[in-house]
Amino acid sequence: MIKNISNLGDAALYCDFGNEVNKDINSEVIKFFKAIKEKNIEGINNLTPSYNKLIVSYDLRISNFKKIKEVIENLDINESQKTVNKKLEIPVCCDAVFSLDIERLEKKLNFKKDKILENFFNKEYFCYMTGFIAGMPFLGDLDIDMRAQRLETPRVKVPKGSVGVTEQFANIYTFESPGGWNIIGNTPQDIFDSSKEKEPNLINPGDTVVFKKITLDEYKNYNE
Amino acid sequence: MSKNYFEIIRAGINTTFQDKGRSNLYHIGIPFSGAMDTRNFFLSNKLVGNKIDLPVIEFAYQGPLLKFNGDKISIVVTGDVIFKLKKKNHEIDGNCYESYQLEHGDEIDILSTNKSVYGYLAISGELDIKFQWGSCSINTKAKIGSNKGKKLSDGQKIDISKINSNQSKKKINYLISKIENIRVIKGTNFNYFSEDSKKIFFEKEFTVSKLSDRMGMRLEGSKIENIIDTNIKSEGLLKGVIQVPADGNPIIMLSDHGTIGGYPKIGVVASVDYDRLVQISPGSKIKFKEIKLSDAETLFKLYEMETHNLISQI
Repeated sequence: MIKNISNLGDAALYCDFGNEVNKDINSEVIKFFKAIKEKNIEGINNLTPSYNKLIVSYDLRISNFKKIKEVIENLDINESQKTVNKKLEIPVCCDAVFSLDIERLEKKLNFKKDKILENFFNKEYFCYMTGFIAGMPFLGDLDIDMRAQRLETPRVKVPKGSVGVTEQFANIYTFESPGGWNIIGNTPQDIFDSSKEKEPNLINPGDTVVFKKITLDEYKNYNE
Repeated sequence: MSKNYFEIIRAGINTTFQDKGRSNLYHIGIPFSGAMDTRNFFLSNKLVGNKIDLPVIEFAYQGPLLKFNGDKISIVVTGDVIFKLKKKNHEIDGNCYESYQLEHGDEIDILSTNKSVYGYLAISGELDIKFQWGSCSINTKAKIGSNKGKKLSDGQKIDISKINSNQSKKKINYLISKIENIRVIKGTNFNYFSEDSKKIFFEKEFTVSKLSDRMGMRLEGSKIENIIDTNIKSEGLLKGVIQVPADGNPIIMLSDHGTIGGYPKIGVVASVDYDRLVQISPGSKIKFKEIKLSDAETLFKLYEMETHNLISQI
């Protein structure tokens, strides 16, 4: 449930679901997000669900904080909200050409590469949110002993398809972008496709992802 | 191929197609984008007799040099911009907010913005460009929008699909207003910062850094000291949000911003000041002034009324 609603600037509502990051709280956020989206409430022009917050943006020409707050507070959240969550398999190649930060991780986590990859692949990940750059999924949770801080100095260019880890999350760079996550591999699969206007994101909040290890040859042949 | 087009002889530094942007896509990581300075975007369309939200050409600092091929067309430049029209036998120094007619072979040379950042070129009619999610706006980071999401480049053509038949001369007297105090509403992490830093934030000047673009404006000045945590759990961002990363230098999110971020939010620029904020050029000083939500709402209404008055004068 929403614990507190405040304003973020003069054109958005900041709905706080608490400080913890877990699937239960995030599922609540996603439920509210979907319910608000379906209702097409006048004035609301954007919604940003994240781990434990939901930001509701509105057009200040049409509405204001008081009006939108009242609507959200009195929203009837239907328990039977239909949620279609997919389970996806994403191929990842961890050849040395792609695993840019594996040596750093070996030092930080005190594991050999093989062990890091074994831990990484042997898991189901839950998509908490998508964003930062278009379509980038934030996937959790990594095992406690797999959690590393982001790079001290972020890269100016992280290659498209890079699969990175930081703290309890894994993510995928949907296109070349600056970024500071520890890169362990690369996927040949397109995660964001702007030509599909209806469904540009392959992975959406609430979906489950498993990574499948592929060789460099399989990677090269993937899109042929 | 359409008969009417511009040939881009020089594209300029950061020339894109923009309209009012795209909404309802934050949740998949796509920001609003759209014309940075909304008021000038509306005015430019109205001054060439268009509906106010048609696509226009936005440029920053140095604009494009375009050669027109086709029938007569009227054009207008808005902002604080220095430009010339090169006709067959003579050259005209152009005035902003005044429409001009171009004939086959004429050129428009947008030399530079004058102590501001963004300017707009509108034509009386419609550009032949692609829309994505209801908007032509080019977001170069995500490679979204018309022109395959890329800036315009030298040698390219800009096709025109339709030219308005009514091209009567239009003009208003307007100067873009400069602003030194940017009004800000306290952010959700305001209390992450030391008492001294909270004071500094609303009292001291900051300098706009060269590392500013359509995504964000970086500021330099007194460091803002975080006393709780230099990271928060990543959450949504909005245009106008002021984040303070670990180095203590504030960054203001602008129209093409990343949709999610993990730095504490010290404040949010009031919507009323956004158009003028984006026009503040690198090297200039700015100061923040705290205002309450209710004042921000009232001031925005007044600003909107003023914009509508300007539009209705045309």
